[in-house]
Amino acid sequence: MQLIFEKSVPGRKAVQINAGDAPTKINIKKQFLRAEDPDLPELSELDVVRHFTELSRKNFGVDTNFYPLGSCTMKYNPKVTELIASYPGFAHLHPLLPQLRMGGMLTQGALQVLHETDLLLQEITGMDGFTMQPMAGSHGELTGIMIIAAYHADKGNEKTTILVPDSAHGTNPASAAIAGYKVVSVPSNDKGVMDMEALKGLINEDVAGLMLTCPNTLGLFNPHIKDICDLIHDVDGLVYYDGANLNAIVGKARPGDFGFDVVHLNLHKTFATPHGGGGPGAGPVGVTRPLLKYLPVSIVVKRKDGTYALEYEMKKSIGYIAPFYGNFGIVLRAYVYILMLGKEGLIRVSENAVLNANYIKEKLKPYYKLAFEGICKHECVFSITKEMADKGIHTMDVAKALIDKGFHPPTVYFPTIVKESMMIEPTETESKETIDSFIQAMIEIAELALSDPEKLKAAPVTTPVTRPDETSAARNLNVSNFCPCG
Amino acid sequence: MPFIANTPDQQKEMLAEIGLSMEELFSDIPEKLKCDSFKLPKGLNEQQVREKLYKLADKNSTRLICFLGGGFYDHFIPAAINALVSRSEFYTAYTPYQPELSQGTLQAIYEYQSAISRLTGMEVANASLYDGGTAIYEAMMMAMRITNRNKVIMDDSVNPIYRVMIQSYTRNLKIDLEETPNADGAANRKRILECIDDSTAAVILQNPNFFGRIDDFTDIAKAAHDKGALLIVSCYPIALGILKTPGEMDADIVVGEGQSLGLNMSFGGPYLGFMSTKKQYIRKMPGRIVGETLDKNGKRSFVLTLQAREQHIRRDKATSNICSNEALCALSSLIYLSLMGKSGLKETAKLCANHAAYAFKRLSQIPGVKPRFKSKWFFNEFVLDLPCEAGDVVANLIEKGFAAGFPLSRYYKGMENSILISVTEKRSRQEIGMLAEALEGALCS
Amino acid sequence: MVPKEVKCTESHEWVRLESDKATATVGLSHYAMEQLGEIVYLELPEAGAQMAKGDEFGTIESVKTASSLYMPVGGEVLEVNTDVTDKLDLLSAEPYGAAWLIKVKLSDAGELDGLMDATAYEKHIEGEE
Repeated sequence: MQLIFEKSVPGRKAVQINAGDAPTKINIKKQFLRAEDPDLPELSELDVVRHFTELSRKNFGVDTNFYPLGSCTMKYNPKVTELIASYPGFAHLHPLLPQLRMGGMLTQGALQVLHETDLLLQEITGMDGFTMQPMAGSHGELTGIMIIAAYHADKGNEKTTILVPDSAHGTNPASAAIAGYKVVSVPSNDKGVMDMEALKGLINEDVAGLMLTCPNTLGLFNPHIKDICDLIHDVDGLVYYDGANLNAIVGKARPGDFGFDVVHLNLHKTFATPHGGGGPGAGPVGVTRPLLKYLPVSIVVKRKDGTYALEYEMKKSIGYIAPFYGNFGIVLRAYVYILMLGKEGLIRVSENAVLNANYIKEKLKPYYKLAFEGICKHECVFSITKEMADKGIHTMDVAKALIDKGFHPPTVYFPTIVKESMMIEPTETESKETIDSFIQAMIEIAELALSDPEKLKAAPVTTPVTRPDETSAARNLNVSNFCPCG
Repeated sequence: MPFIANTPDQQKEMLAEIGLSMEELFSDIPEKLKCDSFKLPKGLNEQQVREKLYKLADKNSTRLICFLGGGFYDHFIPAAINALVSRSEFYTAYTPYQPELSQGTLQAIYEYQSAISRLTGMEVANASLYDGGTAIYEAMMMAMRITNRNKVIMDDSVNPIYRVMIQSYTRNLKIDLEETPNADGAANRKRILECIDDSTAAVILQNPNFFGRIDDFTDIAKAAHDKGALLIVSCYPIALGILKTPGEMDADIVVGEGQSLGLNMSFGGPYLGFMSTKKQYIRKMPGRIVGETLDKNGKRSFVLTLQAREQHIRRDKATSNICSNEALCALSSLIYLSLMGKSGLKETAKLCANHAAYAFKRLSQIPGVKPRFKSKWFFNEFVLDLPCEAGDVVANLIEKGFAAGFPLSRYYKGMENSILISVTEKRSRQEIGMLAEALEGALCS
Repeated sequence: MVPKEVKCTESHEWVRLESDKATATVGLSHYAMEQLGEIVYLELPEAGAQMAKGDEFGTIESVKTASSLYMPVGGEVLEVNTDVTDKLDLLSAEPYGAAWLIKVKLSDAGELDGLMDATAYEKHIEGEE
């Protein structure tokens, strides 16, 4: 397919600019002006609409296909949240208004949304206060680690290390390292959860904290979670909860009750905001009472008269981590989602997410190698069998074959502690019929892997392109079709 | 239950297949760790939630005539953008890790990277970052990785909202951050040139700067390069419709806030941080990057490339901890740039500049109102000194229906009477006249 | 087969002592290449760099993974193989020959003694599989 730049026709226009009633000659000295106009495409509105409509048809989304991408919680994104986010009172609100005297009164609705979302997330997680500023999960992690650093600095603790399990998302060690900490990896045991003895061996006075996902990326709930928190607290370390997998336990158990000190949530996972092809997301961070004073500036407070205001006077705060109040439009969608589900609905979320995952696990167990026995939470991890490997089949081949059957593949090759892994997360919004047809497809692929492995390796054949040459993409980089030299 | 498909009968059937009860499925969670509190309200149906949120939206005032900018602008947004990004094949997809079923997202990101390269005059761009502020921070970290140095010079004419963010992010890191005070509203050349030395990783500047002032940093780029340092320029993409590109100035890393490219102001986000650089630095750049390649049959295709820099592979050695980008916002901005096209963006930028020039002239004529700075080289924002405290005047004008501008005392000492006024292509000559009259009235009272 | 005269590290670098007994050549084992898959990028230090044993001297990337390269011995980098950074296919074709990475002036030849010989290394990689 042609690039949009290749469709350009000199002189064609899509948008009629207001002629304007000020003089049109620009009075700016030449030294400050660009030599040539920006080389953007010249197209009609229909050209543009056709181009992007055609592109959209080359994508799988939750609305078009089952999308069991493990750890990403690709649940249905309710349409009403999009409608509400487009209300002019939200969409056209200037973020600097509250910084004007009297301006706060012009944004009461938005401030109320932020404040009430804070309260709802507190109750859902058992934490004592949230910041809505982090603009993604990984941004929440960095914020959380900065809060941990501020806590230790305040107490005069000289700590250097953050512990991270080997099964953790790559963002965990990356966030801790970028915040200035040394990262030490904690191994998992043969049951797929953190090895307690190894952990005890790694805990010392240098430990500033531990980052943990629970259930972990293998979909397993660690029954010793509270003991782990206690061990870290014993050396005055803090425990960080990566909320990526909260969908598994929402309404059933709360990280605050386990003993976690800092929590981030991925609103685009548990709270159904759209993934957008890779963002925007939102990663609010919640903390326990002793850490409230370190939260980023500013937070929304409710005054005695019932109005809402932004609190800027926070002496111990880690400072500003976003220009304003985070990805407000995303927080708003999550707020609407929580209001609609309510208490009962959220409990049903985790129940059905876990039910669907265990159903898949049981049904596929005879055909693929299950990484760890026992009940799983919201996702299950399989790998290919030895018989498949002997035929030269890799997990990637299974993934590509699923595409031809109309399913988005699971997460593959993660978690890295399971070789040739595939991590399946169905979510609660999928029906038994959809899941049955996915199981059927997986079984057919398992059979094909043994009977006709070459056919499997040729997949996918139904997509707009076949497997792209990634080596050549990296060796002969072409990431922009612009050359400044002309 | 809303959005849950399995019926109670189906749930029973599935539990029977598994051979466990629902309670047993959660038996791995120790009893004492289960919720004893979950005091959430009862769920609302769609009609109820729309009514509630409509009322909340109505408590926000968006009817003010907006002269408020400061890096976040009220620009015209063509309707086709929302129509296209609302296609759920785009917005309900995730990161394009499986290229065969993500060619739509991948090609769009490649085109976005190309458009940002063209706009900023740089060779390569990434798939976007969170916002303009985190983009400056990431650029700064990137410059330190490239140069292996840790001194950074930043002028205080860089957006103060971003400068406070940089201060938060660098608090625990070994960075020698030197802030130069602006010289009459422009980047402080003299001080900057004095400060650049053999330990300098980067100079961070903004064009147009926070006061709206435009500049040509070619000389600073050269001085930085002479000492082995890099120049980072944060810019306003609409202004690049006419202004000299950072590429033409020989900047090394270019960043900026993409909100003005077709995104709603949305009370602060989601927005879009863009980043472009020279090809030689691409491996040190954070964020996702899409590359063009061929598929097995020789067909043009697109993939995520250079992934080995990223956190999911490199873990604690990654170039950044960033996992997501702002893909849907990047798509909006690409569609915006495609619709505006070569002439549209230029015309928009010209209109902004011309309306601002008119407003500057008109408002400066009000008795007691004076331009703050000597230079008249600004794009669509300028600073005026009022005869009294700017915060009071702005509060007064809100009641008359104007968001008249941004009082600068919040971020700059000695600027209690100064106001930053921003004019986009949406503000007509008539609205500017109305603001002038209202301002004159507010000053007399 | 790992050449008899080289010594290896657990992170799969090999080092060969040259006849002058003062300099050594460093490369990456055939096994490492097999594990990494097709290489897309190789970053090596500049000649003149001073490094200690265990210091990171470069990075090697395939499409899906990246590894750091660690100095098997300490010393000054005398020469860098720029041919191999352009012809990445050499890495798997001639890992112990044309695809050497750097030449080092040894700061302490005794450091070689702590490394595995070819036989021990072959046993080590069997254990990894």
